[in-house]
Amino acid sequence: MSAATDSNQGAHDHHDHGDGAAHGSMKGYVTGFVLAAILTAIPFWLVMTDALGNKQTTGLVIMALAVVQIIVHMVYFLHMNTKSEGGWNFLALIFTLTLVVITLTGSIWVMYHLNTNMMPMSPMDMKHQMP
Amino acid sequence: MKTAAGQPDSTTFYLEEEHHPEQGTMLGFWIYLMSDCLIFAVLFATYAVLGRNYAAGPSPKDLFELPLVAVNTTMLLFSSITYGFAMLEMEKGKQKNTLIWLTITGLFGLAFVGIELYEFAHLIHEGATPQRSAFLSAFFTLVGTHGLHVTLGIVWLVILMVQVNQRGLVPENKRRLMCLSLFWHFLDVIWIGVFTFVYLMGVLQ
Repeated sequence: MSAATDSNQGAHDHHDHGDGAAHGSMKGYVTGFVLAAILTAIPFWLVMTDALGNKQTTGLVIMALAVVQIIVHMVYFLHMNTKSEGGWNFLALIFTLTLVVITLTGSIWVMYHLNTNMMPMSPMDMKHQMP
Repeated sequence: MKTAAGQPDSTTFYLEEEHHPEQGTMLGFWIYLMSDCLIFAVLFATYAVLGRNYAAGPSPKDLFELPLVAVNTTMLLFSSITYGFAMLEMEKGKQKNTLIWLTITGLFGLAFVGIELYEFAHLIHEGATPQRSAFLSAFFTLVGTHGLHVTLGIVWLVILMVQVNQRGLVPENKRRLMCLSLFWHFLDVIWIGVFTFVYLMGVLQ
């Protein structure tokens, strides 16, 4: 009997812990879905119809929309917040994002310069640059 | 567990001890997902670096069909929301409804993988194989890795459906379903990066 009560308590504890952190609500999922659908439709529409008429602007806009959509998914589907698991979830996420940003910007930056520096040179240029 | 049941004090201790791993599982699984995120970050970085090296082969503009990608994206998005509904039914303890929503999720997932395989087959048929250029190698690796994740997610989903069917919505199965929930939604997050960065930006160039 005592074991049963305890295990109930355990289950209850767990429920308290997870509530609001790991579980969603119907409203949350539907809100997330509607937002995600809109944020998916806009970039496809922008690219397929070339509505903005400028490739660079379109590129920046769809990248920004992707970031917003990722945040929407994180909040409404993955139920991310600063409090779940005592903040460790969030800390791991921030750490990972830092690494992702370093990896991506670092690779693009370095390789862009490498490409520029490795551009085929004429023999004259080469002579010029040789020490 | 049985030995501890006789002594009320140690019972409390024991259950508290037992309580922790369950919390630990979710955090541990989250950390696994973060490490998976790093794999994708590296593949995205590779694609960013190599994505324009066509080796005189086809470019994204020649290859990608956005309507197909849009349908694919919709499939994955639908599977995300139906998995959410499955989780809501799970919390209410309705086993049958949970299984129905999980089945629908699995079907959307299969549709996604099917469309992706069709696209890959189409590309390879046109001669745009992974060996053709650095761009295509990076493309197939990145999108293929994502597709492989979704495929394994479906396998996991089927296994969990069998387990829920056999044992019901016991705490262990709930925990597993929550892990898969994280995994499934995480893959949808990665797909946002794929369709934006690879397909849409590719066609823009």
